[in-house]
Amino acid sequence: MGELSDLTLLESAKRLAAGEVSSEELVQACLDRIATVDPKVRAFLRVDAEGALAAAKASHQRRRSGIPPLSPLDGVPIALKDIFCEVGKETTAGSKILEGFIAPYDATVVARLKAAGVPLIGRLNLDEFAMGSSTEHSAFFPTRNPWDLTRSPGGSSGGSSAAVAARMVAGALGTDTGGSIRQPAALCNLVGLKPTWGRVSRYGVIAYASSLDQVGPLSRTVADAAALLQIIAGHDPRDSTSANLEVPSFSASLEDGVKGLRLGVPKEYFVDGMDPEVRAAVEAAIDAYRGMGAEIVDVSLPHTRYALAAYYLIAPAEASSNLARYDGVRFGLRSERAHTLGDLYAHTRAEGFGAEVKRRIMLGTWALSAGYYDAYYLKAQKVRTLVRRDFEEAFRQVDALISPTSPVPAFELGAKAEDPLAMYLLDVLTLPCNLAGLPGVSVPCGFTRGGLPIGLQILGRPWDEAGILRIARAFEREHDFSQRAPVLT
Amino acid sequence: MSVADFQAVIGLEVHAQLLTATKIFCGCATAFGAEPNAYTCPVCLGMPGALPVLNEKVVEFAVRTGLALGCEIRETSVWARKNYFYPDLPKGYQISQYDLPICEHGRITIDTPEGEKTIRVRRIHMEEDAGKNVHDAAAGLTRVDLNRAGVPLLEIVSEPDLRTAEEAAEYLKQLRDILVYLGVNDGNLEEGSFRCDANVSVMRRGTSDFGTRTELKNLNSFRFIRQAIDYEIARQVEVIESGGAVVQETRLYDPDRGETRPMRSKEEAHDYRYFPDPDLPPLRLSRAFIEQVRSTLPELPRAKQARFVAELALPAYDARVLTADRALAEYFEACVSVYAGDRKKLANWFMGEVARLMNERGVSVSDVREKIPPAHFAALLGEIDKGAISNNAAKEVFSEMFRTGREPLGIISEKGLAQISDLGAIEQAVDEILAKNADSVASYRAGNQKLLGFFVGQVMKAMKGKGNPQRVNEVLRKKLGGQG
Repeated sequence: MGELSDLTLLESAKRLAAGEVSSEELVQACLDRIATVDPKVRAFLRVDAEGALAAAKASHQRRRSGIPPLSPLDGVPIALKDIFCEVGKETTAGSKILEGFIAPYDATVVARLKAAGVPLIGRLNLDEFAMGSSTEHSAFFPTRNPWDLTRSPGGSSGGSSAAVAARMVAGALGTDTGGSIRQPAALCNLVGLKPTWGRVSRYGVIAYASSLDQVGPLSRTVADAAALLQIIAGHDPRDSTSANLEVPSFSASLEDGVKGLRLGVPKEYFVDGMDPEVRAAVEAAIDAYRGMGAEIVDVSLPHTRYALAAYYLIAPAEASSNLARYDGVRFGLRSERAHTLGDLYAHTRAEGFGAEVKRRIMLGTWALSAGYYDAYYLKAQKVRTLVRRDFEEAFRQVDALISPTSPVPAFELGAKAEDPLAMYLLDVLTLPCNLAGLPGVSVPCGFTRGGLPIGLQILGRPWDEAGILRIARAFEREHDFSQRAPVLT
Repeated sequence: MSVADFQAVIGLEVHAQLLTATKIFCGCATAFGAEPNAYTCPVCLGMPGALPVLNEKVVEFAVRTGLALGCEIRETSVWARKNYFYPDLPKGYQISQYDLPICEHGRITIDTPEGEKTIRVRRIHMEEDAGKNVHDAAAGLTRVDLNRAGVPLLEIVSEPDLRTAEEAAEYLKQLRDILVYLGVNDGNLEEGSFRCDANVSVMRRGTSDFGTRTELKNLNSFRFIRQAIDYEIARQVEVIESGGAVVQETRLYDPDRGETRPMRSKEEAHDYRYFPDPDLPPLRLSRAFIEQVRSTLPELPRAKQARFVAELALPAYDARVLTADRALAEYFEACVSVYAGDRKKLANWFMGEVARLMNERGVSVSDVREKIPPAHFAALLGEIDKGAISNNAAKEVFSEMFRTGREPLGIISEKGLAQISDLGAIEQAVDEILAKNADSVASYRAGNQKLLGFFVGQVMKAMKGKGNPQRVNEVLRKKLGGQG
């Protein structure tokens, strides 16, 4: 474990500061590791060696000239889910319809990472337009779980979770609309944080469902997640829904422990069909928190059972509109077979979108149609309000909620790809948090007997990322799950 | 039965481009005449990941308009997406407002042959304009210009309170004058910055159930609006009288043929799938903001018109002409405040000489005002009132004032345009001429009165053309004796 690629983000930063390693060496170590293991894992859609090395070189020169670091992670490389626009770089959202699309501008998070001196080492695979929970809906290829190459790394940020778990890079950004950061983090033994909706700018992030999408980090440790969030969080005048709030330090209270905190356990989150090993691991984690001095409180979120249905009306409704711009007129794929305007739309979209994206566009179009709007979209919004109120009620009694992240550990590739409902059920514990706009984090809490990682989900009050990270860190400090690495030889 | 047995019912939807410097959801310029797609950015191009940010000036203009039309201003209004595919609509949806618009329940007063009538305004909402498809038949291509995509629009919808094409045209004129007064729109129908669609139906007189309506488009002049509505009323009456039923549809007005034709069939009717835009929070306005906008409202054309009649004793016609343009009205009022003479005379000069300058030279009111400030204008009219200059000479001076920006007295003396009205000087010149022409005087007095013209000519010649002709005539007649 003396390899540079085994270092966490903050360990790398420490070595850079001490002059023990250069940013270029860190980037090169990632590139070497990618060359070795990615042919098996297939996390990367594109590796940007040139761009990352140039950024590393610039960082190195700043350091040598005595210029203070641009951020605590100046010179430490990460990788991005292929859903963030970066000027001059291809961005596909995992879709044929955007294959070859060169973004003309930087997403705000990309601009902030560049301004922080973070080299960006490439683009990670995802379910097309972030619609999926297994990364099998990528238009290009599925990604494999480093813990078991026959299994899925989760999704939609499965390229991100696989790359970090396989030590190809120590941190990555993903997006989470219904669990797309937390679930792959759980399935790959990582920390995955979905911030409060509005905490991180969505400008330049290819939209799936605007009222649910949020950008966040995946990393091996809680402290790394806090460090990455620190760089990307904060108000952006280009995103009208980004909150104009002061950004607190996400790391200042990390080591404060949980003594005296009230942690709620929502009974509705221990669902039928949950894997018994997952249940056992989470129950053990609850006991551990009790042992650390937290007060464990049983709570109820009674509308949880309706959340999945509401989510699968609201998210597709927004998606049906957000994806209308892929029409073959200005960018991306344009069908060669079209001779009329109607054909141009029909053929371009028929050829460019995959089955799951089409399914959601049709669901969403239906939900918004005259005569159905009230029964579907409007009703779903009412359910959303009830789900949010459940959380508000619970947070009157407790400081945070703890539950499993995913009801099952990593599943075999192909096991659910043909069964949309089975796939949708994987999000059942993560998506209520998106409906309510709350922050949530998944932290490693054990392994199955077969050696598959299990994740613990912690949900917090709006804007309390620091609180849930502190609770996650308390568990991490007492356990060694995060230190285990998959064997990939 | 005939058209006279039917009552038309008309409602209008106006789209007015707002005169903001930048677009509604991005920082691109709204200027006209640039190269195609010169004023575009990731936001108005609908690039993946781009997000809208509201231009606050648009809200101010919408509130200003709503207050001027007596609307209720909604303190929380909601942005909605109107979904449809078209190449000039980059995102595949238009950001608009739907069930919660910013303004509702206003009114516009119009003049009809039966007197004043109040037309209710149902709603005003903000939205973004689309771009423009340019069909290049020679190349077999359609090109898309997105310079206009994202230009802010107000949609102003009337209740179906209009009953004739004339009333519709009058409503539009009043609305246009108000928008231009408010400085929110340039009022240009021909260039499409003030666009109108008309919903028209007919019902038999004496009944109260509205008939099936059609929507008329492409009405880009007041004349076309009247023609299209009249045509459509006659067409619908004919359909009903021949036993048919009016079909609800959108019809395009063809000004060359003077008729309306179906544009979209019912089968293609859109379901726009409106829903709240998740990229824009609901728009919340404070009472203080609304009151602040209210405090900046100018006097509106009808109020000004009434005041010109009541306070300045102008004829109603003059008052309407002078108030139709806000800059003209303000120039006129500035002149009134420094000119002590007859207001009607000043009004005549505005409707005559000021209008002539603007037409002939293609200049604006502010161009004229800049060259001829109210004090200079008043000084010139004062010279006419004193008889120091003839009306015709004054027009020449006025042109020179506009050309040079100088005050009138210098021009009058330089050009020698002052006339001599002083009785003493005129009498002296008359006496001299009469003395030199004793024979002619005798002939005149003997009854040859045609000679008056000869004497006038001689006196004017002696006075180098500057005698006040009216006074010269009077003095001559007096001196020549009672026969004249």
